[in-house]
Amino acid sequence: MKTLLLGNESVARGLYEAGVRFVSSYPGTPSTEITEFAATYPEIYAEWAPNEKVALEGALGAAIGGGRSFCGMKHVGLNVAADPLFVTAYTGVGAGMVIGVADDPGMHSSQNEQDSRHYAIAAKLPMVEPTNSAECRSYTKIAYEISEKFDTPVILRLTTRVSHSRSPVEVGARTEHEIAPYVKEPGKHVMMPANAKKRHYVVEEHLAALAEFAETTELNTVEENGTPIGIITAGNCYNYAKEAFGGNASYLKLGLLNPLPKQKILDFAAKHEQIIVIEELDPVIENHCKALGLTVTGKDVLPLCDEYSEELLRSRLLGIEPDYAEVGAAIPGRPPVLCPGCPHRGVFYTLAKLKLRVSGDIGCYTLGAVPPLSAIDSVYCMGASISSLHGTCKVRGEEDKYVAVIGDSTFMHSGLTGLVNVVYNGGNTTTLILDNSITGMTGHQDNPLTGKTLMGTPAPNLSLEDICASLGVPRDHIRAVDPNNLAELEAVVKEEVAAPCPSVVICRRPCALLKSVTKKPPIQVDPEKCVGCKNCMKIGCPCISVVNKKATVDQSMCVGCGLCEQMCKFGAL
Amino acid sequence: MKKNIMIVGVGGQGTLLASKILGRAAMDSGLDVKVSEVHGMSQRGGSVVTYVRVGDEVYSPVIGRGDADVILSFEILEAARWLPHLKPGGTIVTSTQEINPMPVITGAAEYPEGLADDMKALGVDVRAYDAPAIAAAAGSARASNVALIGLAADVLGFDLAVLRDAVAACVPQKALDVNLCAFDAAIARAAENKNA
Repeated sequence: MKTLLLGNESVARGLYEAGVRFVSSYPGTPSTEITEFAATYPEIYAEWAPNEKVALEGALGAAIGGGRSFCGMKHVGLNVAADPLFVTAYTGVGAGMVIGVADDPGMHSSQNEQDSRHYAIAAKLPMVEPTNSAECRSYTKIAYEISEKFDTPVILRLTTRVSHSRSPVEVGARTEHEIAPYVKEPGKHVMMPANAKKRHYVVEEHLAALAEFAETTELNTVEENGTPIGIITAGNCYNYAKEAFGGNASYLKLGLLNPLPKQKILDFAAKHEQIIVIEELDPVIENHCKALGLTVTGKDVLPLCDEYSEELLRSRLLGIEPDYAEVGAAIPGRPPVLCPGCPHRGVFYTLAKLKLRVSGDIGCYTLGAVPPLSAIDSVYCMGASISSLHGTCKVRGEEDKYVAVIGDSTFMHSGLTGLVNVVYNGGNTTTLILDNSITGMTGHQDNPLTGKTLMGTPAPNLSLEDICASLGVPRDHIRAVDPNNLAELEAVVKEEVAAPCPSVVICRRPCALLKSVTKKPPIQVDPEKCVGCKNCMKIGCPCISVVNKKATVDQSMCVGCGLCEQMCKFGAL
Repeated sequence: MKKNIMIVGVGGQGTLLASKILGRAAMDSGLDVKVSEVHGMSQRGGSVVTYVRVGDEVYSPVIGRGDADVILSFEILEAARWLPHLKPGGTIVTSTQEINPMPVITGAAEYPEGLADDMKALGVDVRAYDAPAIAAAAGSARASNVALIGLAADVLGFDLAVLRDAVAACVPQKALDVNLCAFDAAIARAAENKNA
């Protein structure tokens, strides 16, 4: 009996069936649900680590310890985890280990569009990529077989459309893998030069064996339709190609992305007049084909940027344009906004009002950059708010007034070391930690500050105040405020920005979407008192609009946070 | 049968439940199906779209321009935004609900008026209903998503009993009665509209 599973849910099913015992991940769209679903199986120990590097190292330790392990992350998380990633090829694993990495072509929820296939090549690790939910399950299981057969971690590459699509899956039973006895092997696991030098030869031997495996594995399949056109593709691009070309092309679908087969590709190419390589982002398969001496159609007609679609392939490869209608009226955009009652709203209103330069970070609060708040100057990557601001302050001195803004989970992920750097190197930046008691953007995951683990067990309540004090921020410059109390927030931010030392302002209020947060009655407008000054609109709340020169509050959306009340000078709200 | 269905709306309106129901109905009809969802940042009050593709064999999880048989829209501006995805001869079933996007709230843009008529003038089969009102009359405006499925039932291509069972299987138990009531009321409302 088939069930409709999300790609990520099906990966988790594969982990369960493969007998995986240990999962450690950091949430990141579009990878998050793998770990959330894995945690629903009692046979699997699953945890959120503070960041991807810690997660990958945990998974390595579990595999070395003899239990099949997994860690999941989004593409940019692999940058954070790259240090242990590269060394794992040298050490190999004990029990099987798989690293799930979800790329985001089209950048639905990311700061860049990097192609993780380069990591597999650079780190010399095998990589597999499924095309649908059924393969998410089966390829995950095959990845563990490859991992143990070749003594190497395997990267399972996903993309947004595979991770976040549901399609039918036939599920199976779990096969237990007993914990292997521990063997001390310093030559394999102590990566100092003398040992690592020897291991590099082993890595190359593994890769050569994998290259042979690539010629015969069931992961690489040929669909021969006796056509002049032969398409070489992988992942979700296979789906687009099948829709656009159907039986008018033959297909070499690559499920093993590293190493790529050679003879298999040459044999396929020999049977077709034209070879088209269809792959999103970088020309990895295309360059491999060209290195084999083949002439192929690829990035000369298909783009390097953005995700592909059936429509794109029809247009670029078949010259068929869609037939469609559109209304003449200009359709206003609908960008995402901070939710009604969001505790970050007051923070960004205040920072904009004080005309501070704001070094932002990754999370829901990145939305503080969009109009009308427009409060953020820069957002780079996890943790960069504090560390990049430190550099700016060192070169510009006191000329301008700045603050760094970072969420609670992001601070634990990679903000700590930035703050240490500020303290150590005599910076005096002010850091606002937006503590909304949850990892918000990825859909409410617990973190080391929430007092609860992924599996629902209680965890020690770490104190942000104590952590910052222990890092060297003076106690009297660690201030906690309720960001919905605008007057207090403004006063505290002003004082701490003026302070001649590192300072931290903890803006503490739970995410308005948390079930534990009780909504207040919606705000009412007194039309007698409202003068239509639009001051309440400055906070960028989606509930408020001005109709016929009077403010109105959407009663179905408003959660009664009271921010607009504080904005009104006429007592109309 | 082969149907490309898009569910469009504003983040937080309950489009994911609607796609879950349609996916379930497809599975129960013995068909292949792919449902592509939006997670992450755009859910925060942004324009959201879910693709549901049903047929004997489905590969792509998304639907391009000029390729949707049905667009199920939770908000009229979103119906107009996604209109280019409708196939010539396709049908839009939309709620008349209007939710101002931030550029309208800040005064940077205006919410266009008469969008349903504009689309009809292009020869598009547009069926606009006050879905929240239909759901509210059945017990709760929160059942608007299920009401919309009922309003579009005749063009979705599923057997009505299968669709109703899918609703029952997907909505939370405590809200089951209200949702089935909204579904039935929507079916009746769509039938009246057809006869009118």
